[in-house]
Amino acid sequence: MKTKSVRAKYEVREKLTCNTFLLASFSGVLLFYILPFCVVMYYSVTSADISNHSFVGLDNFKTVINNNAFRLAAKNTLTFSFTAVPLAVILALGLALLLESKIPGKSMMRTFFLSPMMVPIASIVLVWQVIFDFNGTLNQFLTQWGLDKIDWFKSEYGQIPIVLMFLWKNLGYNMILFMAALNNMPRELIEEAQVDGAGRLYCFFKIKVRYLSPTLLFVTILSLINSFKIFREVYLLTGDYPFESLYLLQHYMNNMFSALDYQKLSAAAVLMAGAMVLIIAILFICESIFGKDVEG
Amino acid sequence: MKKKIRWVGRALVFLICISFAFVFLMPTVLTITNSFMEKSEIAANYGIIFSSLSSGSKTFVSEEVNLKFIPDKVSFSQYKTALIMSPDYLLKFWNSVILVVPIVLGQLLVACFAAYSFTRYRGRFKEILFFFYIILMLMPYQVTLVPNFLVSQWLGVYNTRWAVILPGIFAPFAVFLLTKFMRRIPFSLIEAAKLDGAGEFQIFRQVCIPMCRSALYSVAILVFIDYWNMVEQPLILLENVDLHPLSIFLSKINSTEAGLAFAVATVYMLPTLFMFLHGEEYLVEGITYSGSVKG
Repeated sequence: MKTKSVRAKYEVREKLTCNTFLLASFSGVLLFYILPFCVVMYYSVTSADISNHSFVGLDNFKTVINNNAFRLAAKNTLTFSFTAVPLAVILALGLALLLESKIPGKSMMRTFFLSPMMVPIASIVLVWQVIFDFNGTLNQFLTQWGLDKIDWFKSEYGQIPIVLMFLWKNLGYNMILFMAALNNMPRELIEEAQVDGAGRLYCFFKIKVRYLSPTLLFVTILSLINSFKIFREVYLLTGDYPFESLYLLQHYMNNMFSALDYQKLSAAAVLMAGAMVLIIAILFICESIFGKDVEG
Repeated sequence: MKKKIRWVGRALVFLICISFAFVFLMPTVLTITNSFMEKSEIAANYGIIFSSLSSGSKTFVSEEVNLKFIPDKVSFSQYKTALIMSPDYLLKFWNSVILVVPIVLGQLLVACFAAYSFTRYRGRFKEILFFFYIILMLMPYQVTLVPNFLVSQWLGVYNTRWAVILPGIFAPFAVFLLTKFMRRIPFSLIEAAKLDGAGEFQIFRQVCIPMCRSALYSVAILVFIDYWNMVEQPLILLENVDLHPLSIFLSKINSTEAGLAFAVATVYMLPTLFMFLHGEEYLVEGITYSGSVKG
């Protein structure tokens, strides 16, 4: 009896030590992310008047949503994310499947596909300018084929070079994730299905895609996050006020920030966070329905 | 016959993959090779895009832009300008180092302990907390922009390097990834150490950390690459331009001195290039482990 209580005491003590390990990280996250975000939420429902932060309910949200600049920014961001993310997922999966076949030089190709990760953003921007400028390489090709020049960054086509840049930067990373998942696929299952006379398409959609679904989910979320990071490049390419088609949510928020309009900025931040949580939740639910019988 | 078709198919796949791979490598190669061009050559090739390159001088500017990979004459003049003639670049490079190295080391140190704690004694509270970390990790920077700004003002570190370093140290990414790694350590190993009378700290130091060495390296590479290219944080938290890292400063010379920009970019690429070539396996491993949100 006595030994048991000593052991229990020991357990409690060890558990306590273990929990204190979390303390540094937890207090940091609390101080630097969670608490200030609570303040942001508070800002988003109070008036801009500094003398008395009166409660204004959803007024700030209404102003933000009715603001034309915000609507344009939200539309552009959505358009960009909904083109770039699916493309990044599908193309990366395609590449991973291609690289599954027995061809030489696979590891070299993997290195090449990952190389965009190490290029400094500024020089990416430089190279993209050389290619997509009005007098750039691409327009040169277009004129050679008798087509009209397009001012890529200053037209409704503005998002195309950015989508391409996004794909260039992210395909390698996504591809690695898919390759790892394909490697862990139970080979016997596919072989059995093939013995039973299943076609290639059946194998792909009914077996592979299902087993890939957790990875698909993660790659989608990751690409979504990275699609927000492309703002860095757009910002360096075009500055605070780009052409209409490239005016993103982040531009809106940065400009609010410069204008010291914290109320609107906070409302926009809360909206964005809410949208992210919603999207992530939807993706998680989709995945759990689609891939439920393969959880292992 | 069938064998032949398969062989042709394989060759086709190879061709597709290799051409894609070269397209992906191209901008990197372009940056490096163009850094060895002389100023006049850069002006001749790209003068039509960056008009300020050739203004004032009587250099030849071709009517069309010339995307050229191999310099006519290999020259180190751009490097000489960047590294010896103008100390500005080295200073900014140092700024980058002094911002990024503490973030990487700090984030790893904090994350090691936190990840261990998340791995052992998993209660409901901790599971919820871990989920919070994931959500936080997935937030776009613009959402944390105001929080970061507010905290830096509360703490009185706004416009000092700490304003960038401190939030960086407590960013949840490394915690998430290391927890993934540590949860794969066989439980029996920890139990065995415990039976030998090891306390939690001892288990952490003598069992867990040695087993996570490659994981630590891969997390370090991923965090380093991310912060080495940061743009938003310094723009918002560092009003003083003298403290800005090279990643921001570099973009300012793009249009005025493209040649120099290539050389400086190549220098800036060196640390990542080194990490990349030295630890590609770890990098791939790190990416692979980041791939499963659950588990």
